[in-house]
Amino acid sequence: MRVSLFATCLGDQFYADACADAVRLLRYHDVQVDVPFGQTCCGQPAYNAGLRREAERMARHTADTFEDAEYVVLPSGSCAGMIRCFYGRLLSDDPRVKALTTRTYELSQFLVDVIGVTRLGSGLSGRRIAYHHSCHALRELGVRDAPLELLRGSGAEIIEWVAEEECCGFGGLFSAKLPEVSAGMADRKLETLPEVDMVTSTDGGCLLQLSTRAARRGDGPQFRHLASVLWEGLDQ
Amino acid sequence: MSHTVPNQYRSEAARTLRDLPKVRTSVTSATDNFNHNRLRAYGEIDTDRWRNWARDVKTHTLTNLDHYLEQAEKSLTANGVRVHWAHTSADALAAIREVVSEHDLKSAVKGKSMLSEELGVNAYLEGLGVHVREADLGEYIIQLLGEPPSHIVGPAIHKSLEDCQQLFHEKFGTPLDGDPDTLAQAAREALRAEFLAADLGITGGNFLAADTGTLALIENEGNIRLSTSLPRVHVAFVGIEKIVPRLEDLAGFVQLTTRAATGQPIGNYISLIQGPQHRDEVDGPEEVHVVFVDNGRTNLLADEEAWEALRCVRCGACLNICPVYRQTGGHPYGWAYSGPIGAIIAPGILGLKEAMPLPYASSLCGACADVCPVRIPIPELLLHWRERAVEEGLAPKTEELGLRAYTALAEHPQLFSIGGSLLRKLPWQRGGRALPVLSGWTQERDAPDPSSRSFQSMWKDGIK
Repeated sequence: MRVSLFATCLGDQFYADACADAVRLLRYHDVQVDVPFGQTCCGQPAYNAGLRREAERMARHTADTFEDAEYVVLPSGSCAGMIRCFYGRLLSDDPRVKALTTRTYELSQFLVDVIGVTRLGSGLSGRRIAYHHSCHALRELGVRDAPLELLRGSGAEIIEWVAEEECCGFGGLFSAKLPEVSAGMADRKLETLPEVDMVTSTDGGCLLQLSTRAARRGDGPQFRHLASVLWEGLDQ
Repeated sequence: MSHTVPNQYRSEAARTLRDLPKVRTSVTSATDNFNHNRLRAYGEIDTDRWRNWARDVKTHTLTNLDHYLEQAEKSLTANGVRVHWAHTSADALAAIREVVSEHDLKSAVKGKSMLSEELGVNAYLEGLGVHVREADLGEYIIQLLGEPPSHIVGPAIHKSLEDCQQLFHEKFGTPLDGDPDTLAQAAREALRAEFLAADLGITGGNFLAADTGTLALIENEGNIRLSTSLPRVHVAFVGIEKIVPRLEDLAGFVQLTTRAATGQPIGNYISLIQGPQHRDEVDGPEEVHVVFVDNGRTNLLADEEAWEALRCVRCGACLNICPVYRQTGGHPYGWAYSGPIGAIIAPGILGLKEAMPLPYASSLCGACADVCPVRIPIPELLLHWRERAVEEGLAPKTEELGLRAYTALAEHPQLFSIGGSLLRKLPWQRGGRALPVLSGWTQERDAPDPSSRSFQSMWKDGIK
């Protein structure tokens, strides 16, 4: 089985270690990983800003880059959602796009749904973890149980969080254009956060938002990417 | 009667968060309750089937709206109701002016109606010398405070119990620690006198069945029942999208609306208005007028995508679940309809330029689409209006140019990689924070801690 990893623009620059851990996790499960040169951005910032033509160009560029991929896996629900749910609309006449959308997966979704991983190890035994469901993993991809199963399958205790399915307020450019409201949304998450060792999520954007707002407020636990947390969950 | 305009959204939202922190607390707590109740009420029925049915009936009606509106006019006329057609808000106000002057009406009671807020009925009638009293408790509270509604269903949602205790203490002398029942009793006594004195009752309309000309009104307090039966004239403002084909459709729509709105299986009062008082009846108004209002709705209907927003039943579920709305309540949106639904109908009713930046007042989290009882694809329509804003040159120029440059860069991986490294290393320092996006980011958050090197360079060196 061969996976082409799409690190995403944000992952490449802000969550490089998590991307590397995603490679390690996949290799651990006997998956051959490549990282096609040429990958840049999925086009979501342009798409969400109403710049349809620019989004189409990025979709075409991404489809070119991953044309030969057996599977495309992203350590991001948001970018995976962009490809799976919206590329078809942007480039409905491009057969490569159709093929790409059906073999694109968010990391935990791929591990559980495609490889069939249920248990990783006991590396997270005794760890109290809150999981932030990123909106696009949850609502566009329908990924709810996969990351929780993997975390539990690494020994972690998942702590219920009333706001676990609420938006963190990132929303790409939204966070910079309406920073006050965006910060209020992050505050709601942080105000309701139970006592935990760490918060994890499959989306770097959400983690960036929550961790930097928590730093400004001077509170909050560790915020770590799911790929790194799961890598730690293996018995190595 | 909004005090601001949508263009002021960001500054008004920021001001609310900064200066009125209790608003966020009150709105969060009330919407948490609404959400909890909706979840339970949705769980009691085969909600997916109900929602599909409601979506399909509304879509069918909107697709054949001309036919159903003509049928409704015939049915209403046969019932003895006088029908008015209002293309604009000015036409709607002219219609009520005619009724007021024909009957020399002096005093009105009004049941909760968002359309009357959209049209500015209160201020207009006051200008004609007609006394207007809001009869819904929430509307009454904000009328006493001189504020516009903050929520489609709960207009005073932004007020805490303490706010109301203070207000009622000043107006009616109730104790400062009076419980909600004591406050409601004081309002009831004050309003009872208004009902008895009123010669005009004003309402909106939740639904209007085309086949029988039946106007359906949902409420919990009985104020709409009184407003439509005590005064000698009843005027109902009804948006043209409120038509349903058949009387029997009301059964499903009324229940689905209340489940979505407050989690109730049905409202405490459902009034089905079948026309003025008949000869063999002992009560009811002498005249009933229905004013069908377009006011931009046909702009939405003509739009290949945006028309879906006209399925809206004004339940407020999308506001309750919206994490953006929940920060500030409805006032910063600057017009009658706030939250996600307000952002997608504003461009039709107000015009896209006037509605800016409401289509951007969303993180596109999609929670609204999950709860909408008539399955309006709200995030898609927000994107639709953003695309239209770009086409019409209304989108913010710095953002547009920035993203065009970003796209051009992203098509050239080597340059993109250099750009990425620069973003990682340089601009989070003091000088860089003056850049448009970065300044917005660091205003409310600490600068992020980028990776020490990019993943792609790690990959080149080999990952162990």
